[in-house]
Amino acid sequence: MVKQLSVFIQNKSGKIASVTRTLYENGIDIRALSVADTTDFGILRMLVSDVNKAKEALAKENCIVSINDVDVVAVPDKPGGLAQVLQALSDANIDIEYMYSLIDRGTDDAYMVFRLADGAELLDVLEANGLKTVPAQKLGLN
Amino acid sequence: MEKYYQPEIETADRETMKALQSERLIETVKRVYENVEHYRKKMDEMGVTPDDIKSVDDLYKLPFNYKQDLRDTYPYGMFAVPMKDVVRLHASSGTTGKQIVVGYTEKDMDLWADCVARALTAAGCTDEDMVHVSYGYGLFTGGLGADGGALKLGATAIPVSSGNTQRQVTILKDFGSTILCCTPSYALHIAETMQSLGVTKDDIKLKAGVFGAEPWTNEMRQQIEDMLGIKAFDIYGLTEIIGPGVGFECFEQTGMHINEDHFVVEVIDPDTGEVLPEGTQGELVFSCITKEAFPILRYRTRDIGVITREKCSCGRTLVKMTKPRGRTDDMLIIRGVNVFPSQIETVLIEKGYTANYQIVVDREHNFDSIEVRVELSNETFHDTIKGLDKKAKELSEALKVILGINAKVILMEPNSLPRSEGKAVRVIDKRKLLD
Repeated sequence: MVKQLSVFIQNKSGKIASVTRTLYENGIDIRALSVADTTDFGILRMLVSDVNKAKEALAKENCIVSINDVDVVAVPDKPGGLAQVLQALSDANIDIEYMYSLIDRGTDDAYMVFRLADGAELLDVLEANGLKTVPAQKLGLN
Repeated sequence: MEKYYQPEIETADRETMKALQSERLIETVKRVYENVEHYRKKMDEMGVTPDDIKSVDDLYKLPFNYKQDLRDTYPYGMFAVPMKDVVRLHASSGTTGKQIVVGYTEKDMDLWADCVARALTAAGCTDEDMVHVSYGYGLFTGGLGADGGALKLGATAIPVSSGNTQRQVTILKDFGSTILCCTPSYALHIAETMQSLGVTKDDIKLKAGVFGAEPWTNEMRQQIEDMLGIKAFDIYGLTEIIGPGVGFECFEQTGMHINEDHFVVEVIDPDTGEVLPEGTQGELVFSCITKEAFPILRYRTRDIGVITREKCSCGRTLVKMTKPRGRTDDMLIIRGVNVFPSQIETVLIEKGYTANYQIVVDREHNFDSIEVRVELSNETFHDTIKGLDKKAKELSEALKVILGINAKVILMEPNSLPRSEGKAVRVIDKRKLLD
């Protein structure tokens, strides 16, 4: 499990810029990022170098922030790599709320961030398929 | 040639009308003083007795009644007859879900039908017409009120009720409706639906429309008249007084004649309560002088308008009021439904949102929309779109229960809505409802 920061983004220009500026001003590194959007609002999801510090800094700026558990899975960086993982999850009836990818230097794997439906457990499925989750330390997350 | 439904009343000279009003007011005041504790208490507090009311000129001596009085006496505290004499109830939505209830005796139903029949006649309706009623039928006074007038006149009533606009168009076309009764915005919506279905104004037989229950401009009138090929008339009313038919427009279309043999109008200064001279703008106050079950006296409508007794080219001598020019309170009329911001606030607080909100009302494609902007907090935030959509939907459903209409909920960041500096701007009404 890895701690992810979610930020509510109202649909107005400059909002994401202001969030990233706040993180920069507080010396926080963004390791992965994804935006989910609807016509009225969006949710910015990030893995950052210091999640608690980031939350505190953004809360001060009147941002709505939450910290959630996500799983980061190392996926072979080759054609069919992701398909294999998703098939395994599907076979195990595990629903995914959302997912996004991140690239790390010095590894042959691609990393996928998964937020599973509440109560779903990933570990057994991964093990059965020879896959591993990536610990926070390895991603430089605090 | 102008036709009247009750010419002896509608063209009566001033003295005859005044004598009639005086006689009726004196009788009604006596009756409510004897039968209704609410009025007796109010009058006693002011030191006024029924004997002080010798003519309609003494009306100013009586206490005002407010919507709050109806809530305080809910449900039947202001009824002036035993329930066995009440043949019909209607209700209007009130704040925080507490509606107000009004009752009608058989005689009340009859005089209401007369009032609406006068309005329909002024719009050119006769017993040969087919009156298509697209107001909602039910506790709302619009549908059954218009229906009663059509029946009284001997016209053919078509109780279509509101909604299912494509079906409205089919009925207009197939049944040959000649008079349309609904809210003006719904009339335009029907006209637009006709266009999109490829039905032209030559395919229908409508000749006039009697539209009310919400404010509308002359520009909108022009649009309705052009699109439907009809003459569009305004009708005024409110549940507390009787429903539609308190006032109605004639062919001159310069204001609404008030059925003042039943409802005496005064224009007052909303701050001091002082009666203002004719021609001065102020709050409209009505007194029911003939109704048996719910004869409310000096009811503060919160509608702002002007009255005039200048001669009307239609020949009617009934006093005329302008279209309401606004409200003295914050009530919004959305698709004919009364909405108070305080109702919305109550729901937000119940659902765990802050009381900092904004209501945006707009009219797109002639359909009123209401948007409620609320600020999220860390407690109400969820990191999935599904979760946030669910939040918005839950709130929208709770609002619908209280307001009776669909409101779109927009989730906002904290502190993104303007903070109150003195009086907060809670409502942004983008509709252009006043000329």
